[in-house]
Amino acid sequence: MAGYVLRRFLQLIPVFLGATLLLYFLVFSLPGDATAAICGEKGCTPAVEASLRAQYNLDQPFWMQYLLYLKGVLTFDLGTNFAGREIATIIAEVFPTTAKLAVMALVFEAVFGIVFGLFAGLRKGKIFDSTVLVVSLVVISVPIFVLGFLMQFVFGVKLAWTNPTVSGDASFTELLLPAIVLGLVSFAYVLRLTRTSVIENANADYVRTATAKGLSRPRVVTVHILRNSMIPVATFLGADLGALMGGAIVTEGIFNVNGVGNTLYRAVLNGEAPVVVSIVTVLILIFCLANLLVDLLYAWLDPRIRYA
Amino acid sequence: MRFTRTSKMLSVAAVAVLALSACGGGDGSSESGAEGDTNRVIIADGSEPQNPLIPTNTNEVGGGAVLDLLFAGLISYDADGKPQNEMAESIETEDAKTYTIKLKEGKTFSNGAPVNAASFVDAWNFGAAAKNAQLSSYFFESIEGYDEASAEGSEVDTMSGLKVIDDTTFEVTLKQPESDWPLRLGYSAFYPMIPEALADPKTYGENPVGNGPYKFDGEGAWEHNQEISLVPNESYEGPQKAQNAGITFKIYQNDTTAYQDLISNNLDVLKTIPTSDVKNFKNDLGEDRSIESPYAGNQTIAIPYYLENWSGEAGKLRRQALSMAIDREEITSVIFSNGRTPAEDFTAPVLDGYDADLPGSENLEFNPEKAKELWAEAEEISPYDESKPLTIAYNADKGDHKTWVEAVVNGLKNNLGIEVTGKPYATFKEVRTEATDGVLTGSIRSGWQADYPSLYNFLGPIYATGASSNDARYENPEFDALLSEGLAATTVEEGNEKMNEAQEMLLEDLPAIPLWYQVAQGGWSTNVTNVEFGWNGVPLYYAITGK
Repeated sequence: MAGYVLRRFLQLIPVFLGATLLLYFLVFSLPGDATAAICGEKGCTPAVEASLRAQYNLDQPFWMQYLLYLKGVLTFDLGTNFAGREIATIIAEVFPTTAKLAVMALVFEAVFGIVFGLFAGLRKGKIFDSTVLVVSLVVISVPIFVLGFLMQFVFGVKLAWTNPTVSGDASFTELLLPAIVLGLVSFAYVLRLTRTSVIENANADYVRTATAKGLSRPRVVTVHILRNSMIPVATFLGADLGALMGGAIVTEGIFNVNGVGNTLYRAVLNGEAPVVVSIVTVLILIFCLANLLVDLLYAWLDPRIRYA
Repeated sequence: MRFTRTSKMLSVAAVAVLALSACGGGDGSSESGAEGDTNRVIIADGSEPQNPLIPTNTNEVGGGAVLDLLFAGLISYDADGKPQNEMAESIETEDAKTYTIKLKEGKTFSNGAPVNAASFVDAWNFGAAAKNAQLSSYFFESIEGYDEASAEGSEVDTMSGLKVIDDTTFEVTLKQPESDWPLRLGYSAFYPMIPEALADPKTYGENPVGNGPYKFDGEGAWEHNQEISLVPNESYEGPQKAQNAGITFKIYQNDTTAYQDLISNNLDVLKTIPTSDVKNFKNDLGEDRSIESPYAGNQTIAIPYYLENWSGEAGKLRRQALSMAIDREEITSVIFSNGRTPAEDFTAPVLDGYDADLPGSENLEFNPEKAKELWAEAEEISPYDESKPLTIAYNADKGDHKTWVEAVVNGLKNNLGIEVTGKPYATFKEVRTEATDGVLTGSIRSGWQADYPSLYNFLGPIYATGASSNDARYENPEFDALLSEGLAATTVEEGNEKMNEAQEMLLEDLPAIPLWYQVAQGGWSTNVTNVEFGWNGVPLYYAITGK
């Protein structure tokens, strides 16, 4: 088990190198001169442009820029963005907010998705099941920005239960609405995954055996049906955490959350390669760790799975 | 005077709003507009400043709005763009080349440091020197010695044209006479700075210390990407004295979100109504909480002369044909709900010296028959190369250009029968790079927001030979000569006359096709009053009060 975890951690090294190289190259290849973004609508003098290029290593060839960036990372200096702010500071500023938002969304979709999915699966074909299926279909098919603006307008502007936008503190109550919007689509998927999985397992031999042994219905449902049904759901949730963190850009925009998505979007527009690469690398690491966690979870969910 | 000028272009209702707000502190003096709660902190929308808050290194609106409240220059502009003295006691010249500037006695920065001649001279030298790489360095280009200080790799850090005479007096020598030079002194690049700022600009830019009507609400008042809190600077005395207990700029990623906050009263002042709500904002907010106020900005389409189809005599005729084939009235009313007004020259109507009836302005009138005739005439001189159809380049990441570009494209197709397409670029920097390098394959959407209220600001930087923003690569020695004459004029009136003569050439040649003038569309919450927008489309934040 420990050996397995260690190997998985060692795998992160090539992932890190490959990802940063690829990302740096992609941002580098975007058309347009990054100094044009700094100089703005009215431009600046050639002398100023030249010193900006020198300051941000933009006058170097691609491989040199990348090596300088790697050297910075290894000495714990991520460099600065074009506004002269430390990238490390920016990351420390935006990641906690987005992490809070993503975890809240994840908890929302997991709890409600699994509970609704379980009941729908156990009452297959009944009125509750059909209703839940239709509702989840609607949620999946409506684009997230429509849901976001709708819920912001109804709960934020009309009913005024909460502020339409999130302030700098990003408190729990403020993030509740954006988290629900963010988790809504995944909630529908979790629900459907759980439902299908429960229906399948409810007819399995070991469930019949457990019932025949005289185990109580709640015990059969929670330990034998639900636990075994969690494998596809856990896989989905693990992958979804990464998607929620990096993909919150639409939701963050609607609710004015100062998070990872917005920061990344601005950095891409400005061609700030070090910012893009640093943030995405952190996202990749989170993604890898979440997946490792899911893999370890499999063994607990299904005793037949072993790691050597 | 402003009222008669603006009333031409506004709906009756909007004029009524302007007239009302003009009563409430339009002359910018501190006594008028005193009605209202002066203890309220005003929450306004802002965008994240893209650089540390250093006057000479800020070239965008997010930082500019904050700097203009933190600092006071030699002069400032009132709501109509008329200059008024701030730090300056007097600015005198006999030949429009050498200026003697006397400062008011006893002015201080918010930390108690005196505002003296060195505060200005040192700041300007710092801004111009190449080694400091300040984005606004070109604002000092008229001053003698700028070329030496700003040359690439130069170590010279002073300009020979700046001389401190005594504590409150300094002398500025320009390279050549420029009568509108003092008008520029209200722009942020010319603000004074404390010595500590020049020694460590980065630290200073996080917590700037200024001499303006407001100051930072303690260290760290700038919470990046969230908000910037300003409180009144008690040591400031002048025409922009704060009428409220502070301004908090709440930073928004987009206007649509800010609008939701405005209609639910979580935001007090919104300076730009998002495009999606332009049609309904007057209904949502009511006439007494919304404003449409023309400001010094315009939108044009620049057509580079290095394009074969658009150069020479035939090119000139085609440019005129193009201009006459655009129905500006229809686009401004349908697309913008009158949030723009059709252009009649190359400048903007709020400026002193503006003339809507210049000879040649008929080239900007919609006239499809004449347009077709001109096009046919051009065909006889040299045929149009159809393998290189006209494109209109625009950036899709900021600002909402797609809608109007498509409208212009359709108009040209229908009225001229030529092939035209809109050409979106993913990012601003991409299209900007092509324009700067002179490798555009078609026309480009262009436009200008005034830095300071002067006709020259709309002409010199864009159409003078070799000018920094001359995307069309227009070269006309006669035009350049008229600009120089206008600058050398000793009176403003005479100068404006020359500028307008120069404009007549532009109206004939059309290096760019003027489309419309900008109109600020803004709104405010039920909690505040006395909201007025200035000549540059920015609210006069200091005059806003609670109800």
